[in-house]
Parts: sequence; C-alpha cells; structure tokens
Amino acid sequence: MEKFTTLTTTAIPLPIENIDTDQIIPARFLKATDKKGFGDNVFRDWRYDAEGNLNEEFPLNAPQYATAQILVAGDNFGCGSSREHAAWAIAGYGLKVVISSFFADIFKGNALNNGLLPIQVTPDFLNQLLTCVQENPKTKITVDLENQIVEYIGIYNEQIQKGKESFDIDPYKKVCLINGYDDIDFLVSKKETIEAFEKERMVF
Amino acid sequence: MGKTLFDKVWDAHVVDTIPNGPQILYIDKHLIHEVTSPQAFNELEARGIPIARPDQIVATADHNTPTVNQHLPVQDPLSRNQLEQLTKNCEKHGITLYGLGHQYNGIVHVMAPELGITQPGMTMVCGDSHTSTHGAFGSIAFGIGTSQVAQVFASQSLLLKKPKSLRVTVNGTLRPGVLPKDVILYIISQIGTNAGTGYFCEYAGNVFQDMSMEGRMTVCNMSIEMGARGGMIAPDQTTFDYIEGKKFAPQGDAFAKAVSYWKTLPTDTDATFDKEYHFDAADIAPMLTYGTNPGMGIKINEHIPETGDMTFEKALEYMNFKGGSQLLDTTINYVFIGSCTNSRIEDFRVAASYVKGKQKAPNVNAWLVPGSQQVVKQLEEEGLVEVFENAGFTLREPGCSACLAMNDDKIPSGEYCVSTSNRNFEGRQGQGSRTILASPLVAAATAIEGKIVDITKTILA
Repeated sequence: MEKFTTLTTTAIPLPIENIDTDQIIPARFLKATDKKGFGDNVFRDWRYDAEGNLNEEFPLNAPQYATAQILVAGDNFGCGSSREHAAWAIAGYGLKVVISSFFADIFKGNALNNGLLPIQVTPDFLNQLLTCVQENPKTKITVDLENQIVEYIGIYNEQIQKGKESFDIDPYKKVCLINGYDDIDFLVSKKETIEAFEKERMVF
Repeated sequence: MGKTLFDKVWDAHVVDTIPNGPQILYIDKHLIHEVTSPQAFNELEARGIPIARPDQIVATADHNTPTVNQHLPVQDPLSRNQLEQLTKNCEKHGITLYGLGHQYNGIVHVMAPELGITQPGMTMVCGDSHTSTHGAFGSIAFGIGTSQVAQVFASQSLLLKKPKSLRVTVNGTLRPGVLPKDVILYIISQIGTNAGTGYFCEYAGNVFQDMSMEGRMTVCNMSIEMGARGGMIAPDQTTFDYIEGKKFAPQGDAFAKAVSYWKTLPTDTDATFDKEYHFDAADIAPMLTYGTNPGMGIKINEHIPETGDMTFEKALEYMNFKGGSQLLDTTINYVFIGSCTNSRIEDFRVAASYVKGKQKAPNVNAWLVPGSQQVVKQLEEEGLVEVFENAGFTLREPGCSACLAMNDDKIPSGEYCVSTSNRNFEGRQGQGSRTILASPLVAAATAIEGKIVDITKTILA
C-alpha cells in the first residue's frame, strides 16, 4: 500500500448527501477480476448520460477541478454495498482523500485498506469548506496525517477565507497509512496466536 | 453488568487485543461469491500466502449469473470469466463451491441458512453487505470489502474495532397485511439510513419473537440500510427448530449440546445498550419507498412529504414524483419478486396467496426469481409454480438478478419497478430505473392490478 503523510492540493466539491457505492461505481462495472480500470468509470452515471455524453455540469468533469486530489462530499458518504471497487474507483481516478461529515462503516474500512484517507469533519466545517471550494476552485487544502489536521485557504468575495480542524483516525490505521502497511502482513504474523485460539474454541 | 447477545458472541471470538488498537476477531464461516473474491485470491497468490482454512469457506455463484438458461454457457464473456475464475480458485484451494446448476446453488444469504451452515453464536463474513441476514440466527454476521476477504483467506481472522450497541424493540400486534419487510422499511423510515452506522443492532420485542426464521432474515438483511453493519435476533425454539435436521447442522448429541449453548446467548436482562429505539407494532402499515434511499419510505396510503433539502428534491426529481402526492394508482410496468431480502418460500407463498385465481395485468413485466434451487424445489412441491403460471407469470432461475442488475435483468430507464429487494438507489436496477421497495404481498398485488393499490382497503378490508 502507498504511504500517506501530508498532501496539499485542490478539491472537487460534491455537495450531495447519502452518496452510495452504486453511484460511485455502478454494478455493471464490477465484472473485472483485477483492481485496474475502475477509475475510468467512477461516478459513471453522473458524469455521463445514458447515451454516453459528458455531463459538463458535474463537478468531476469541470476543468477547474481537473487536477484536484481531494473529494469533498455530503453527509453519509459511501453507504450501501460493500463493494471495495468503490474505493478502487476513487483511488484509481487519482484522488487521495475524501472529506465528509459522516462515512458509512464498510466504505471507510475499504478506503483505509487502499491508502485512500477518509476524513470526517464537523458539518459546519464541511459547509464552509464546500462553499470555499465552490466559490474558488483554487482553494488549497492541506492534510497533515501525522498531526491529524485538515486546513484550507482560499480567496473569495475579495477576502481570504480559511479554516482548520483536527480529525480522528484509529491509531493503528494511522500507523498503517504512514508506513504503507496493511492488515494481511499483521494477521499472518499472528498465525501462532490464532492457531492456539482455534484449539480452544467451541466447535459442534 | 450483564452482557448483550452481541457481546457474548463477540467476546467468544476475540483472539487478541492490540494495545490502543483493534481486536483480532476469529471468523467461523466465510461465504464467498464470484464478484468480490477474485482480487482477494490474486492478492494471496501474489504474496505467496496459502488459504488458511479452506474448509471454513463456502462458495456460490449468484451476483453475476443469468436467471434463464443456466444449463447453457453464460453469454456475457466478462461474466463467464468471473464465474470461471471462481471455479478455478475453488478447485485450486479445495473450497466447496455450489456453482450454477448445483442443487444447493442460490443467493449466498438464502442458501447458507437453508443448508444449516448458519448457526447461532457464530461469526460469519462475506464480501457482501447483506451478510447481516445471518444475524437472524443470533450470529455475528457482516459484510466485508475484498481486502478483508483476503485477510480472512490468509488468517481466518479480521482486525476490527468493537462496534457500539443498538437495540430496536417492536412490541404489539402487527396489522393484517403487514409483513417483516414492512417492519424493517418502517424502522428505517423512522430512524434514517445512518442511524446504525458504527453500531451492531439487536432486534427485540414480541414482534420479532413471533416471526418465522425467514421473516427474521428479511429484517436482519436490511440492517445495513440503516447503516448498521449487522443485526441480530436472539436464538430461541423457532431458531432451533429451523436448524434441526439441516444438512450441515450438528446432529444427534452434538445438536443437543449446541442448543444448550445457544440457549445461553440471549441478552441478559440487566445488559445496557448505547442506543435504543422503541416502536409500537400497531403504527406499522404496508410500506413503499418514494425516493432514492431506503429511508425515504411512507405507508402505502400516505403522502410524500411536501418539501425537503436539496438531496430530497434531487431524489424526487429522479423518481419523477411530486412532494405531497400519493403513490396509489401509479401505473407500474415492472415488478421484481426476489433478492436476498425476499426470495424465500414464505415470500412466494404470500405472493401466491394474492395471485391465485387472478391474472397478471397485461402492462406488467413480472420477474419472479427464487433465491435458490432449494426454493425452486419447494415451489414445485407446493404447487406454487402452477399457481403463478396460471396467473400469467413465469418463474426464473435463482440468482441476485434485478436487485443489482449486474446480469441482463435490468429495468429500462425511466420505468418504475415495485421491487422486493433492498435498495432503491439511482440506477440500482439498471441505468435510469426507478425502484419502489415493497413487501412481496404489495409487489404481487401490483403485478395483478398493474398499478399500486391500497391492499389494506381491498383484500384486507
């Protein structure tokens, strides 16, 4: 897994609540047997109409957000299906961080297992951030994982707008992200403990 | 202080606790299917790690399978490849596979319980969010991502933080025509789609105690739709009677011993929960959803709320419904009875009870998709195939089908589908499709009438 320490970049605003994993990657794209190529179809049915024409109004298609590496989305992001393809699609598109006021459990775990950092912020901070990114697409966002801080700075209405908030992350997962470790290595290293447990457990 | 059902099962499976970190939870049963397993097999292969416990894994083909002509080669090359990969992987690692055409093939959450694989007190996982279904037996069962599928392959364990506890209690008497599906749709409409996030839910109260195992599975299945990773119901005599004699259930003395353990699992009377909700069964009616998440539900004769936030307006625009209007009399051209929520024999029995002696409306395309080969057999044995065929319906072959529309079973763009499945997300049943979630009884009535009718005023009056 790729390491994550700090990131400064622009962001794509997606002020929609309850974005489910069927929107992130529709089921018809789940037929692959590897992890490649899902980025091409991220938010497919919002980015394109049924005839395959680009929806120019959708933020992911807007040229001003083309180089952004952060997605800022509405409450309860990633609800629905457990498909890890959703995390592969977002990461495959080139995004490194998703910021929302609330994440669904399974998506959050899947993201962390793929080096994609889900940052939960307060609803107030999210609204301010969304406004700033929408008003000025050049708004810079900095994520500092070591110190668990997310901040933004942008200019609109001829004034500097900025904000800063700390975020929570499971200490174990933080170590994994910073060092690029994953759970498989750790669990395999615990083989003896697991086998000892198996001998004691109740089986009918 | 007393322990909850969840605590008892969880604590019995903790292998180790990482200081300031997660716990290692031992997994008893791992269910896999063709869509979320191939990348996990590849991951282990790439790292040269063997599958730790192949005998604790059971595989089926369900998500990406056709529901017609299953005896012929699968037409879609991508789907065929995915199914072939599953077969190869299972053969290579000695994993039991109930593939297409096998007498035990079916939707993973239908076939495992009916074979007695699912038992109280177990930990079970599957790369599918509706794994919560198995909690109906008093097991800890939850959906996982593919990285976690690989972790269980590698170690038969997962690293997890213990979730908080939630209890939803429903007491009282359900009104006629109110099915388990209505109970869970009502609960989600009241508490919302993220009320359970971070929690494991226990359903308590006489309504669940009085339910059949199949009804309990319908309820637990949709726990994830309120954000809860899993839902559980205390095992009782109904549970034991269901399991006894099943193919993989403990037999003889082992069964008696298991039952005596299972009886210790229900939540202690002095146990407390982090969050509790209470509902009165009399307040529940047959339900319908009008929006694009399962929390956007109303009683069948209620009006859609007048206004809401931007997300609400976006949902109504997608569904082409107006705030303040009713869904009654809406013309419906598609009806789907199936999915891991409602494709068991009781679901088809209740649908048949409405359909018997009537004719399907000419405008309706109805897809009736049994959850497993065993359900197909039951339908044949009980004469229900004839009932449906006489009414103008055709039964399809088992699979997930139009619930997620990975195969050819897609609802056309712009069309409404009254569906017994679990998700009404945008495009879930096909690009541009509009899903209205309902019980099998409401779905059957819709298929006969060609429009949404108030079943509380017709057959139930």
